[in-house]
Amino acid sequence: MAMITNRRRDVAVAMSLIAPFVVTFALVFLYPTVRMVLLSFTDAPLIGNGHWIGLENFKRLMSDRLFFTSLKNNGYFVLLTVVPTTALALAIALTINRLKGALQALVLALFFLPYILPVSVVTEIWMWMLDFQFGIIQPLFASLYGKSIPVFKNPYWVMPTVAAVTIWWTNGFNVLLFIAGLRNIPQDFYEAASLDGATRWQMFRRVTWPLLWPVTALILTLQLILQLKIFDQVYLMSKGGPFNSSYVLLLMVYREAFQLNHGGYASAIAVVLFVVIMVVSVLQFQLLRSRGQK
Amino acid sequence: MMQIRKLENSILAGGSLLAAVLWTFPLYWAFITSIRTEDRVVSDAAGLIPDEFNLTAYASALFNTKLLTWYWNSIATSVIITVVVLVSGMMCAYAISQMRFPGRKLLYGVVLASFMVPSQALIVTQFILMNDMGLINTWAGIILPQLIVPVVIIVYKQFFDAVPKEMREAVVLDGGGDYTLLFRVYLPLNWGITTALAIITFIMAWNQFFWPFLVVTTENMMTIPVGITQVNDAFGVYYARLMAVALLGAMPVAVFYLIFQKKVTEAVMISSGVKG
Repeated sequence: MAMITNRRRDVAVAMSLIAPFVVTFALVFLYPTVRMVLLSFTDAPLIGNGHWIGLENFKRLMSDRLFFTSLKNNGYFVLLTVVPTTALALAIALTINRLKGALQALVLALFFLPYILPVSVVTEIWMWMLDFQFGIIQPLFASLYGKSIPVFKNPYWVMPTVAAVTIWWTNGFNVLLFIAGLRNIPQDFYEAASLDGATRWQMFRRVTWPLLWPVTALILTLQLILQLKIFDQVYLMSKGGPFNSSYVLLLMVYREAFQLNHGGYASAIAVVLFVVIMVVSVLQFQLLRSRGQK
Repeated sequence: MMQIRKLENSILAGGSLLAAVLWTFPLYWAFITSIRTEDRVVSDAAGLIPDEFNLTAYASALFNTKLLTWYWNSIATSVIITVVVLVSGMMCAYAISQMRFPGRKLLYGVVLASFMVPSQALIVTQFILMNDMGLINTWAGIILPQLIVPVVIIVYKQFFDAVPKEMREAVVLDGGGDYTLLFRVYLPLNWGITTALAIITFIMAWNQFFWPFLVVTTENMMTIPVGITQVNDAFGVYYARLMAVALLGAMPVAVFYLIFQKKVTEAVMISSGVKG
């Protein structure tokens, strides 16, 4: 009998321990998720009720040119950031790893510093650097390209520019992960390889690269998911323009919901974004796991 | 051979230092701009070397904008988020790691799964929820959706799992319950990881732009990252002032990072699971 009351008391204590998280989770995560799905089947405004219209929002989405433009721009942005930032971070980390002592700490700190800045600080600084009239980078453009470039008003330049600024801002994080990964590789492996007369390239190819692969895969995954969710930098630097050339899915959700007051339609787009990111996450997770088992 | 090696190393050292300095050039340029007069900023004479030390832009940033209010909003909300996330996270992690109760596996599964859920996709209905609860333009409205940080639970669980079972016995023999165990044994044994998680949560909350930008519409309730974008609209093209505001906004976390560099980098590594 005492055993049973004890057990019951233990469960009660456990419930009280998990309650704060579970209640918050249900309120600000689970409930909004369910409500988002329900809302996507209605024509509701942002605040207020609407009518059930079935799959109408999704049908409309399939014929919405802006939706496909956004989808394409999301893909383009992923292409411009994920692999380039990973490659750049690997190169920087390999170099930093060969430095010693205070110099190593200093170089790492300088590369990491932008990562801890708020996004709006980053965009303010770069919009000033790239200002068409007075930007410090414009003379560089002029010497390479023949003239100054209004990067945020030019449909060809805007996405690469936003991508470059994003890489500058977040690259330090990836460098750090690579350095952690490099430090986890036992030094004996290199000593053994060098006794066997391996060249530096062979060491990288046969030791560093395979042992670093889990970290590389982690970074690629994190970056892919992060860059699919791009909003802040695009909104702050180009507002999706010019001619929708930097319009992305999350920006579309924002504009439909908060500026055009289409709660239902915005939810439908959000559902698509939600599903895309979940699918990518699960695929990546499976991929990483199968890679790990091999 | 040794000679070549030495030369190579100094080229490597010099080259990487140069690259790192160039990498932070935008910050240097922002600073140089901020200590110039507006006229000089846009004149041809504005070179790469600081030639003026004029604090007008900073005075204007501090006294003509709501910067101090935004600091206060940012500090208060970030501190509350950090404390709540850590305390609720360690409690939940302790229960998952050390106790047996129905639904334990399911709960941990949900925590792991929510790691993948893009919270940005929930903005519409989170906003509606905050509106229903009357929390638009309040600290609570800024804070609530930021309280779900699954990585805190995941990391705490790993560390609690590794605590030797013998550590429990003394407390249990004294008649101490699970709350005593958590706050007297498991937490003190894991202060290192607690500081790391606190640093990461705080920086994340401090830098958060998207959600506060949606839930706050009055200048008095804005946080630093949202507030500084307002200055842009108010000032137009006064770049010295813009840069002064941006640098002041970035300063608290940047200074903290430069002082506790090692701790911060360690925290980033731990919370992303590369080191633990």
